[in-house]
Amino acid sequence: MTEMSPMDHAPADQSRTDQPPVLDVRHLVTELRLRRGALRPVDGVSFRVGRGETLGIVGESGSGKSMTCLSLLRLLPRPGGRIAAGEVLVAGTDLTKLSEKELARDWRGRRISMVTQDPMSSLNPVYTVGDQVGAPLRYHGLAHSRAEARARAADALGRVRIPSPEARLDDFPHQFSGGMRQRVVSAMAIACAPEVMIADEPTSSLDVTIQVKMMDLYKQIQEETGVAIVLITHDMGVAASICDRIAVMYAGRIVEQGPAREIFRNPAHPYTRALLNAIPKLGEKSKRLYALGGQPPSLLDMPGGCRFAPRCTLADAKCLAAYPGDSDLGSGHRAACWRLSEEGAPDAA
Amino acid sequence: MTAETTRLPDHGIGAQLRSLFGDGFPWISAGILVGVILLAMVGPMVSPWQPGALDLRSAFQPPVWAGGAWSHPLGTDNLGRDIFSRIIAGTRVSVIVAFWAILLSGAIGTIIGMIAGYFGGWADTIIMRLVDMQLSIPPLALALILAAVLDPGLQAVVIVITVTYWSWYARIVRGEVLSLREREYVALARIAGCGPLTIFARHLAPNIVNTLLVLATLQVGQVIIFEASLSFLGLGIQSPDISWGVMLADARGYITNAWWAITMPGVAIMLTCLASNLFGDWLRDVLDPKRKQL
Amino acid sequence: MLLEARDLKKHYPTRNGVVKAVDGVSFTLEPGKTFALVGESGCGKSTMAKLMLLLERPTSGAVVYDGQEVTAMRGRALRRFRRDVQAVFQDPYASLNPRLRVGKIIAEPMMAQGDLDRGAIRKRVAEALDVVGLQPDAARLYPHEFSGGQRQRIAVARALAVRPKVVILDEPTSALDVSIRAQILNLLSDIQDEYGLSYLIIAHDLALVEHFSDVTGVMYLGNMVEQGPTASIFDTPSHPYTQALLASAPRPDPDHHLPTDVIIGEIGSALAVPSGCPFHPRCPKRFAPCDSENPERRATAPGTWARCHLLHGPDTAPGHPELHLSERTRS
Repeated sequence: MTEMSPMDHAPADQSRTDQPPVLDVRHLVTELRLRRGALRPVDGVSFRVGRGETLGIVGESGSGKSMTCLSLLRLLPRPGGRIAAGEVLVAGTDLTKLSEKELARDWRGRRISMVTQDPMSSLNPVYTVGDQVGAPLRYHGLAHSRAEARARAADALGRVRIPSPEARLDDFPHQFSGGMRQRVVSAMAIACAPEVMIADEPTSSLDVTIQVKMMDLYKQIQEETGVAIVLITHDMGVAASICDRIAVMYAGRIVEQGPAREIFRNPAHPYTRALLNAIPKLGEKSKRLYALGGQPPSLLDMPGGCRFAPRCTLADAKCLAAYPGDSDLGSGHRAACWRLSEEGAPDAA
Repeated sequence: MTAETTRLPDHGIGAQLRSLFGDGFPWISAGILVGVILLAMVGPMVSPWQPGALDLRSAFQPPVWAGGAWSHPLGTDNLGRDIFSRIIAGTRVSVIVAFWAILLSGAIGTIIGMIAGYFGGWADTIIMRLVDMQLSIPPLALALILAAVLDPGLQAVVIVITVTYWSWYARIVRGEVLSLREREYVALARIAGCGPLTIFARHLAPNIVNTLLVLATLQVGQVIIFEASLSFLGLGIQSPDISWGVMLADARGYITNAWWAITMPGVAIMLTCLASNLFGDWLRDVLDPKRKQL
Repeated sequence: MLLEARDLKKHYPTRNGVVKAVDGVSFTLEPGKTFALVGESGCGKSTMAKLMLLLERPTSGAVVYDGQEVTAMRGRALRRFRRDVQAVFQDPYASLNPRLRVGKIIAEPMMAQGDLDRGAIRKRVAEALDVVGLQPDAARLYPHEFSGGQRQRIAVARALAVRPKVVILDEPTSALDVSIRAQILNLLSDIQDEYGLSYLIIAHDLALVEHFSDVTGVMYLGNMVEQGPTASIFDTPSHPYTQALLASAPRPDPDHHLPTDVIIGEIGSALAVPSGCPFHPRCPKRFAPCDSENPERRATAPGTWARCHLLHGPDTAPGHPELHLSERTRS
């Protein structure tokens, strides 16, 4: 980051976090049992998302961000995947305690829905778009007849700004362009008016000019419906443009979270700083980028102390010995770094 | 970086063998296939009787569990020949035919398929039309035509089967090469200036070996049945030479008074085919790269 | 000049008509410089890479290397081209043959050249591994034993080991994680400085292009719509498409507002390239001549040109643009 000015507390962020959260994830631990042993791709993750709020979970591949998402919906790989500990509270109900049947009937796709990266694999090529958007409505009992499902599907397609939605109900996925397909997938996700929508890299396969419009669409949908959005992305730019709050994940844990402006203006964790410094920025002419050495640890071979310590320029004996607790930096900004718990902010990375 | 690059690899022959024999290895199918091959090699040494030896006094003896004697465990046929010894003699023909027919059709089909897949264009068009033509002719009709031209016998059987099956390999290899050709490392090999032969040998062939292996294993059964059918129809091996198909053909005349004479070679064919199919299925699963992920 | 595209066209006949993947693109790669091709998916930039690498033959036009037309090269000249021009591709998982040891992968271009003995090749492999920051014993391992970033280092080592003059980088970092991307980009910069290499980089990430390249060409539906020194393109973009791309690029700044009105709809099909300016159906600034006439190149700054009817106005085309253009093509 170029600016390291003292943080300007944003009252809007403060008030939002004071609302009772729609999604409250507490100490979530997900285990994958393989032949070689049990892995913990998600290891004690906690976050909250309020109504009408967007939380961005950013991290690199293998950081556990996608596995966190799948854990929320209990869509873990089988056999071997299970939630080992923690709670996932949606509007006060702990999803980890529900039976598979209850979860499928009343929650998954109904009150908590998901959009994935590749719109083509989310859509079945042999069914019309109207059938596919209408299917969850009928399954969850929100539409009692075919005609009603069609009407509501058309309404959902209209809400994602697909032009002349009634006329397109009988089209097949291949008749839509890439950006329009992602809109159809989003229409499926919002058709049942969920309280929480999880979007896993929803724009990564789109070109920037289309990406902008998708992100704008999510903002509009959120304003209209108040849905809480969890956005998984590896792209700091995408996170900055749409998220109210950001959680940075590294090796299965959230190392820093807080209001977006705080994270970008005043990053506290050395990993967050390194990530922000490593991306080339438009209008910045410097020839060399800041390069973080090494690579993320393997899940099979997790360092004992702070998981970022082996790559951190500020690490000392303590960092290698034990994982640091979260330090509260005010206005919901928290980071897990020994430097913060001891002597305030660490020196610039 | 050092830690990762110096890590010891786990892909030695030992580890590979362990994972191969570890879970679900089809011991029975493998045993039958190995048994058939061994019998083909040492057949005359373990065979209790001369397979062609006539003994009209002991004609139509039933198998041992149906009231026969231990001297002819699977019974005898209309000329008193020992069925057990004749089945052992028949394995020889089956194994020789399967080996040569699969080797020849596989080699020809692979080369033609690689050329069609890699070069594309008119070479591909001509080859694929040829394959389509080949596949539209019923194999038995083709066999009849060839039998009219060739002298019946082992050689003719191998030629007929090769002519029938090369197109299968050509089609599958072409499909594989079409997708492999688009791999970036093949493009990079061309950028590096490697010629087509190098690219075939280094980048394409090793990646289709698995497919070929599976296809060949699955085809053992088909080839054995094909040989039996040809011989049964009198287009292949001719009596008094022995093959399972010849035995079926010979026994067909007295099927009502000696069921075992036609059943025993039939069971031999069935067991071998079943074993080759099961083994091939297992091989396909094991060699599937997607299975290696976990 | 080292590598040049002269009015390159690549048309693919299909059942539904002719796909004009590249439709008349020219540029020059100067020694020691980096030329970047940017644009959305489907703009023809990857086809350009294939044409420049002689993986595909152009429908018309020519690729010229060191004064010689590449498609006409035979024997020694072709072998030299195959040594001098190497490539690094996007996906480090697909670009290394999983069945070959890393040492053999890196040695392949040298083996194809056939002018070095085994010992010399082994030495060069070790050197190349060292340059990209890997241990020499990496040569004995297989690709699956490395992470994505390490594999991309291996791909760079392979391209480098034959001592090429040009390396074509097709999205070299877009499959990598953010923190690994910077490592590879810095490595590529260092190698360029040390060996005086020329790069042709194909990328969709504008910030990366601005950071990494000297000259930029912006492609849209098989056409080059704007080209010039990177600083000039990024500081004062003239073509509405370049402007839209730059405005749409997400920035790691929560206060930056991304406009949604700079471009209409999605990229058209190369099967049915619009009449006139190919960008006009998506252009919010289109006017009368745009749908009938494809604009000529207009100089917009020294060494910079764009193809847009808006630039016909007297205040945007100073001096004698055509004169400047002909100078460029002759040099």
